[in-house]
Amino acid sequence: MEVVDRPFPPGDYDVVVVGSGPGGLQTSHTLSWLGVKHAMLSRDDTPGGMFRRFPIFERLISWTKPDAPVDRQSREYEWYDHNSLVGEEPEVRGLAPNFMDRTFDVPSRAEMEAALAAFVERAGVKVRYGCSWTATRREDDGRLVLATTDGEYRCRFAVFALGVTEPWTPPIPGAEHGTHYVQTKPPGAYRDKRVVIIGKRNSGFEIGHGLLPWARQLVLVSPRPVQLETLAHSPLRLRYLQPYEEYVRGGAGTFVVDGAIEQIERSNGDRRVVAEGTTRPGRLVFDADEVILATGFKTPLQDLRDVGVATVLNDRVPAQSPFFESISAPGIFFAGNVTQGSKGMRKHGAGPNSTSVNGFRYNARVLAEHLAERLGIARERATVEPGALVDYLLRELSCAPELWIQKNFLARVVSAGEEGLRDKGILPLEHFLDSGGPDAVAAAIEMDPRAVIHPTLYLRRGGRIEEHELPPHPVHAYGGPAYVREAVSILKPLTG
Amino acid sequence: MVTSLARLALFADLTTAQLESIAHRFDEEVYAEGQRVIRTGLSGGALYVILEGEAVIRIDGIARARFSPGEVFGEISVLTGEVPNADVEAATMLRCLEIPGADVEPFLVEFPKVMYRMLQAEARRLRITTEWKS
Repeated sequence: MEVVDRPFPPGDYDVVVVGSGPGGLQTSHTLSWLGVKHAMLSRDDTPGGMFRRFPIFERLISWTKPDAPVDRQSREYEWYDHNSLVGEEPEVRGLAPNFMDRTFDVPSRAEMEAALAAFVERAGVKVRYGCSWTATRREDDGRLVLATTDGEYRCRFAVFALGVTEPWTPPIPGAEHGTHYVQTKPPGAYRDKRVVIIGKRNSGFEIGHGLLPWARQLVLVSPRPVQLETLAHSPLRLRYLQPYEEYVRGGAGTFVVDGAIEQIERSNGDRRVVAEGTTRPGRLVFDADEVILATGFKTPLQDLRDVGVATVLNDRVPAQSPFFESISAPGIFFAGNVTQGSKGMRKHGAGPNSTSVNGFRYNARVLAEHLAERLGIARERATVEPGALVDYLLRELSCAPELWIQKNFLARVVSAGEEGLRDKGILPLEHFLDSGGPDAVAAAIEMDPRAVIHPTLYLRRGGRIEEHELPPHPVHAYGGPAYVREAVSILKPLTG
Repeated sequence: MVTSLARLALFADLTTAQLESIAHRFDEEVYAEGQRVIRTGLSGGALYVILEGEAVIRIDGIARARFSPGEVFGEISVLTGEVPNADVEAATMLRCLEIPGADVEPFLVEFPKVMYRMLQAEARRLRITTEWKS
């Protein structure tokens, strides 16, 4: 009989990570690198999380450029590669392009899954597979207890990397007459059918794009109009916009309309979707053979609400602090695309890229460093010579992938103290602005309402924050004399 | 969120379809007690409508006023185009509808009844301030 040596038996740990999708894997990898003892549990039997199954039409929307002008193992390459996890050692960086056959400019689902499996193997991430978390409680001493199918795990901090993967359906009368996105059949099953898709966000357009060549009639309907200005600045979403293009140019049988769904009816095998127009008042009625609810997902929180986890976005996602801790249940943290529940500054209403790997891989590293600090595992921070501060920050503003991908959310922070200037690493900007502390500077990349990118410096002096938005540059090069002059003047209080 | 919006006087004149449209267009944000929503001197703000909980306005750390469900804050900075001269933080756990600054004008023009009710609320605030000063 084969004896399988499974890691992390039930017991006491500083940290327990639940989930072996990209968010959980990045968290565990960075925790290990920082020397934080933890258990890593997964109900699955292989790594990859949602990429073991989604997206339905097998293509990701975030891209990786195999032939970038920088080494794949460099930090700069992360800017060109929005799908690889970030290895703390060079040999596990930039793995996604190794698995792309380049029939398309983004990885397929299977290629992404293979890249994640390779990361686990090469980085030596240990996972206790086949171990399902079933219940949660808090002990009198504040420690958390996670009951699992293998026994109980006690910990000071639990990190749930659960994905936002449970189908969510709004309370539409007759919703049971439709099928959720996750139940979408192969496209050939929709040949010559009238299909109504409820929802005009990513999953709605993904399905619409996939069914466009097959369906006899295709209607996408939801209350909110397609936000062209947002989409124009989001190359990721343009990938699925063929149904919209078909509609606006007057192509036959494809409609993208704005309406609040009143009900879905069913009679004699047919469905009827009744809606009230939003941007244009009036009743809308669509007869259909199939109704697909592309209405999104929620986090499979199980009993976490019972231990005090508050939620946001229609109860779909846990509300989180800048360090991804539940705002209402201390010690419970989140990783992966569920970190969209940490809103950040939302300057001009823009949120971070926390729903995709390129953004949440950095959130997971910030989380791991935060947990290490809370556990008293101090990390040596490099000093910065006063004369080098301006060049250092302008270089970070010009090409730090964390700042460019998590705009107005993550920042490079340098703090002044008795021992001189210290690089405090990449931190949540909101934490920097609200936590107080010694004189310091945070460098962040931001976007104004016209989608113009600005490098920005936030100076903390005597506990007060000053915002200095530097001018934009057509090729985003912030190292020239004008930028240096302005930064020298702004940073004078720190450099003396 | 539609149910929360429908309870507020600010949106009393809107149809369910209009409320659905607002709920889909703008985000709901949740703040922990003590968490800052608006920061003195920082640009890029929004208009907030309180759905649940209370917020407190602070100038130099001193609490000046408190806002309750249905009330709006952040509008002065958005309408004048100037950075806020006060902090607003959550006095309890706070749930708000957030309308980004650049969206406020098209939103109010699209829903003039909401604009009228907001003006009424502003007039009441102004009267209280005037009474307090005199």
